[in-house]
Amino acid sequence: MILTLVEQNLDGSAVEVSLEALTFARNLSAAGGGVPIDAVVLAGDGPGPSDELRKELATYGVRTVYALEGEDLAAYSGAGWASAILTVREQSKAVVVMAAGTDRGNELMAHVAARAGVAMAANVLTFHGLAPFVVTRQVVGGAALEEMLLDQRPAVFSVAGHAVEATPADVPGAADVVPLTPEIAAADLVARVVSTEEPEADESGSLKSARVVVGAGRGAGGPDGFGDLLELTELLGAALGVSRVVTSAGWRPHHEQVGQTGSRIAPELYIPCGISGAIQHWAGCSSAKHILAINTDAEAPMVTRAHYAVIGDLHEVVPAINEEIRRRRG
Amino acid sequence: MTGVLVCVKRVPDSSSEVVLTDDAQAVDGRFAGFTMSPHEECAVELAVQVTGATGGEATVLTLGDADAVEQLRSALAVGCQAATLVTADASSYGPADVAREIAAVVRDHAAAGRAHELVLLGNDAADSGDFQVGIRLAYELGRPVVNGARVVSVDGDTVVARVEGPDGTETYRVPLPAVVTIREGGVEPRYPSVPGRMKAKKVEVEERGPSAEPTGPKRVKLLLPPPVPSNVQVLGTGAAAAPAVVDLFEELGVLTR
Ligand SMILES: Cc1cc2nc3c(=O)[nH]c(=O)nc-3n(C[C@H](O)[C@H](O)[C@H](O)COP(=O)(O)OP(=O)(O)OC[C@H]3O[C@@H](n4cnc5c(N)ncnc54)[C@H](O)[C@@H]3O)c2cc1C
Ligand SMILES: Nc1ncnc2c1ncn2[C@@H]1O[C@H](COP(=O)(O)O)[C@@H](O)[C@H]1O
Repeated sequence: MILTLVEQNLDGSAVEVSLEALTFARNLSAAGGGVPIDAVVLAGDGPGPSDELRKELATYGVRTVYALEGEDLAAYSGAGWASAILTVREQSKAVVVMAAGTDRGNELMAHVAARAGVAMAANVLTFHGLAPFVVTRQVVGGAALEEMLLDQRPAVFSVAGHAVEATPADVPGAADVVPLTPEIAAADLVARVVSTEEPEADESGSLKSARVVVGAGRGAGGPDGFGDLLELTELLGAALGVSRVVTSAGWRPHHEQVGQTGSRIAPELYIPCGISGAIQHWAGCSSAKHILAINTDAEAPMVTRAHYAVIGDLHEVVPAINEEIRRRRG
Repeated sequence: MTGVLVCVKRVPDSSSEVVLTDDAQAVDGRFAGFTMSPHEECAVELAVQVTGATGGEATVLTLGDADAVEQLRSALAVGCQAATLVTADASSYGPADVAREIAAVVRDHAAAGRAHELVLLGNDAADSGDFQVGIRLAYELGRPVVNGARVVSVDGDTVVARVEGPDGTETYRVPLPAVVTIREGGVEPRYPSVPGRMKAKKVEVEERGPSAEPTGPKRVKLLLPPPVPSNVQVLGTGAAAAPAVVDLFEELGVLTR
């Protein structure tokens, strides 16, 4: 049996990457001759899984939905939630415990693996055969891959975002809900969220949801090099996103950073200016629908990976674009 | 007074092209040079801030080869006061091995009267990216762990950690001793001053061997992802490309009036 952690959006629906993880689980199940797929959701003290969620999970081929409930699971705690997931694993005899490679997914799988005394593979892309069970995962922020052997049971891992496309199953599952209230040891609740503050509006929120993002990297040249870029941002109703070189130098605040350790963006158009396209930056912008790179170096990875490019100094190209936009608007 | 241990890893600089070693077991850093992850730079900064505020000692630790002293010195240069090198080939250590070695140092130091009430690590190492050494360490030591914090401070016997969670900024208040893993973005790591560098050179680094044989990582081998063919359409060179760019904006429907 394959046990997959399903994370929920605030409205109770499954997050996209969890549906990707379920798709991965189904491929694994098919290779293993149809081992059933069960899901685990943490309901805490809120209402259990909604009918919509149950239907969604059925569509993805889930047999049983374990809904973990109770006061002790109301607030997040890595150790507490992992111990609850392990209660399910004991009951269901799962040979695989997996999650999407989100912050929570990676954290919980690390707890599960440490408690079970087995290895954990973070950010898995594919698997090769089941005996032995070997997975390929992203390392060095995606710049390299590692083949890793998961020879212990349960095999514990997380699935990298976009490793597979979320696809419903040919045959839906029953998705029977089994509510469980596991007992959690007090020691596992010591490190527990005591309060949550809503994110400040207009911080990284606008960057993550913007239709157009203008990017700026070292090529901006210094803290005073952003004038034309900000003007372009204004003209396009866009958000500004920057590279780590820019935030480390203190030219712009960290909440504007795009990349592995910044925001992940998925705009209609991303316009990286003076950004080389290091893998850690690419990790945050690869989901943009269109990329227009502006760079002096035609060989920069950002240019070769982009859909469109202008080769030149951003301090000449960007003002000319601004001028052209104003001219056309009359 | 809170004693803080901060764990850093010497990793190849991966901001440019990544090259693998001949045995495909590690990233070859001989060309690009070595560094530590941005998360760990922030962990070092927080270790210095916490010990500064509480009057405790900040110790930096790494498990690596003799060259990893370079990363210890850079942490000493920004305000750590003591350093420990566990001499070992990091690429033949799995995350559980590393956690066990760090735990051994914490126990030995405590026995010698140097308690590390707070242990800080990065959320994930820049090369192996296992996302788990801190959590495994917490179980080794029987301590609570907060994962992925951007800011930590100590309030009496409690560590207060703030994490950017899926629904907003989460606060944890956890009694010491504890383990916290750090994510970049909450603090600006300071630059070393000249006196800082001078002082760092004089600190004697404690060198020790590993406490046990490693069980090893479960690595079969590393490989490089296949190159992505370029499909870029060059719209032009310099300022002359502006009309073509604005045509594209119109075509994509991003130029609103
Ligand atoms: C663990 C880890 C996490 C990281 N996380 C992130 C992250 O989240 N986000 C991130 O961005 N980076 C991250 N990095 C850093 C990353 O590796 C790169 O160092 C960084 O992205 C480079 O920034 P850059 O492109 O602005 O600078 P550079 O790499 O120096 O590139 C500058 C580019 O600008 C071009 N240029 C120069 N002058 C001009 C000009 N006048 N006009 C036009 N073009 C010009 C150059 O040709 C070059 O291509 C991380 C690194 C590590 C190790
Ligand atoms: N060889 C090492 N020496 C010291 N600290 C390490 C080592 N390997 C990992 N760590 C710490 O553990 C964190 C998480 O690493 P990982 O679980 O491998 O992604 C890193 O950010 C470091 O703080």
